[in-house]
Amino acid sequence: MATKIFKHLQTPVVPLPIENIDTDQIIPARFLKATTREGFGNNLFRDWRFDNENQPKQDFVLNNPTYAGKILVAGKNFGCGSSREHAAWAIADYGFDVVVSSFFADIFKGNALNNGLLPIQVSDDFLKKIFDAVYTDPNTQVEVDLENQLIKIANTGEQESFEINPYKKACLLNGYDDIDYILSNREQVEEYEGHKPL
Amino acid sequence: MSTDNNIQSPASLPTKEGRSGATLFDKIWDAHVVSSKEGFPDVLYIDTHFIHEVTSPQAFDGLRQRGLPVYRPKQTVATADHNVPTWDQHLPIKEELSRYQVDMLTKNCAEFGIELYGLGHEYQGIVHVIGPELGITRPGCTYVCGDSHTSTHGAFGAIAFGIGTSQVEQVLATQCLLQQRPKRMKIEVNGQLQKGVGAKDIILYIISQISAAGGTGYFVEYAGDTIRSLSMEGRMTICNMSIEMGARGGLIAPDETTFEYVKGREFAPKGEEWDKALAYWKTLYSDEDAQFDSVLSFNAEDIEPMITYGTNPGMGIGVTQHVPATESFEQKEQGSYAKALTYMGLHDDESLLGKPIDYVFIGSCTNSRIEDLRQVADFIKGKHKADNVTVWVVPGSKQVQKQAIEEGLDKIFEAAGFPLREPGCSACLGMNEDKIPAGKYCVSTSNRNFEGRQGPNSRTFLASPLTAAAAAITGRVTDIRELLQEEELVG
Repeated sequence: MATKIFKHLQTPVVPLPIENIDTDQIIPARFLKATTREGFGNNLFRDWRFDNENQPKQDFVLNNPTYAGKILVAGKNFGCGSSREHAAWAIADYGFDVVVSSFFADIFKGNALNNGLLPIQVSDDFLKKIFDAVYTDPNTQVEVDLENQLIKIANTGEQESFEINPYKKACLLNGYDDIDYILSNREQVEEYEGHKPL
Repeated sequence: MSTDNNIQSPASLPTKEGRSGATLFDKIWDAHVVSSKEGFPDVLYIDTHFIHEVTSPQAFDGLRQRGLPVYRPKQTVATADHNVPTWDQHLPIKEELSRYQVDMLTKNCAEFGIELYGLGHEYQGIVHVIGPELGITRPGCTYVCGDSHTSTHGAFGAIAFGIGTSQVEQVLATQCLLQQRPKRMKIEVNGQLQKGVGAKDIILYIISQISAAGGTGYFVEYAGDTIRSLSMEGRMTICNMSIEMGARGGLIAPDETTFEYVKGREFAPKGEEWDKALAYWKTLYSDEDAQFDSVLSFNAEDIEPMITYGTNPGMGIGVTQHVPATESFEQKEQGSYAKALTYMGLHDDESLLGKPIDYVFIGSCTNSRIEDLRQVADFIKGKHKADNVTVWVVPGSKQVQKQAIEEGLDKIFEAAGFPLREPGCSACLGMNEDKIPAGKYCVSTSNRNFEGRQGPNSRTFLASPLTAAAAAITGRVTDIRELLQEEELVG
């Protein structure tokens, strides 16, 4: 089954310089009652974005028209906590294609990649450069080139290469899917089951 | 704390063929690799897949879209736990979306041939409580579940970790998971614990020392004589919170304590099967010359009863210590730190001792087992909760609830103003109606103190069952050691 393809992107960014953003902040548990994958974007960062009367909080970046774009840039240890894939769905459903941080929690990273949402881990220095650039000029564009594994601040020309598992990179570039890959190993799975330790 | 960052070069990483010095983790991993190809993650075989109502419906939809069956339905176990009421479970679920989600699990299990321990079933309960108590969780096996606290099952010397819903679909479709081998960390704890200090304090202490991200990228093996001296339930509490330091999972080598616990349980191997299993399980330990990517060690004597003050589980202190000052952090961290203290209504250098609290929650996959309930009951017997506190005791499973009633613990709880509710995840994540109101403080035996975790704008202090019970009695954050000492003097 084909999934979303990602190759290249250049857009302004949305800065969220908070560390240890956990998946309960990205999508609180009370919004996990839906049984489909759609619509979670409406509740992305719900309690930071809306007050008790469901009115937008003006000081939260998603409610600030100055910042827009398809790249979310956040502080270190992004996506820690619960394994809920709803967090990746909410970010993608809101309209982001890339999340940049100086450190990602493991499960979130995997969930994002499985949904065509690219998590890019950059150095602390480069993260600071992006924040500085966007706070100097909110129209700052960031360019992501997956084929060459490069992230670049378009305005300043500063760039950094990023790591990605070669298999996962191929999946994103071509829209491949893990299940298709494992299904192609079915004979080996059956053979394994014939001699597994217990 | 001593740190020995012994990073291996790729050349010395264990391989399947002819290696010495294998870690327990690598022994189990290698025994479950179906295929391994350069540049690809390993195809890892999953022995048992636990599913629940919240993270599975989209996975079943995916199977339908692909026209695939569940490949090994008999290796899949389902229960309803995250989104169920903990009162009047015999009545239909009032809230429509929750009822629909739980009904969807029932429908999906029936359609795909999966055993469901749903509401009303004698085996229903929190997925990480029922697996072990039913003898489904065993040494040397692989377990996954769409829940990050799947790491709990590692207490048996198993590889167990949480996955996302796309991966739930993957395991339903193939009984395998594409997974890269993580790095391995060893955390040793040695020495004698103080009275009133237990497994929960050990793990909160470790996380406070290495931070909520200190274990990211690693699978942790817990070792040392303090860990070894813990019961299986204490070991589960430790492994449960591995994810709270970012580690994908944690495990403890199986020993007589493990074998004794598993033996005779409902689905444990019996007769010849048991003998065969036992012989294999006895080979499951890290070799003496095993190489870890990182080794940390701690002294049990240094551990006080712990409590968290912030909005991630790494923000913990000994109960007599003071909240750290903002300026003690690096400048780039100060903004996030100040935000956390503001959320919690605390200030720099504040002592939590004596702070009035509003709620006490005893439950969750971390601390809702029979030993937790016994320990609390033993302490509160003959006492009563403080007037300013609401207490919820939520057993981890129907089996735990039944055992508690058989032992008369429910009567002790009731007399103390601690109603014993029905099993579920409850106020750990506030998905059902068990929510802590905005601005209120809850001393909770659960595993996460994130903003809004227990309800919008709720404030969580994570602690052990004993520290939570002490807070319920005094109405304040309390050093359990003082109360125990007073009792000793009186007694």
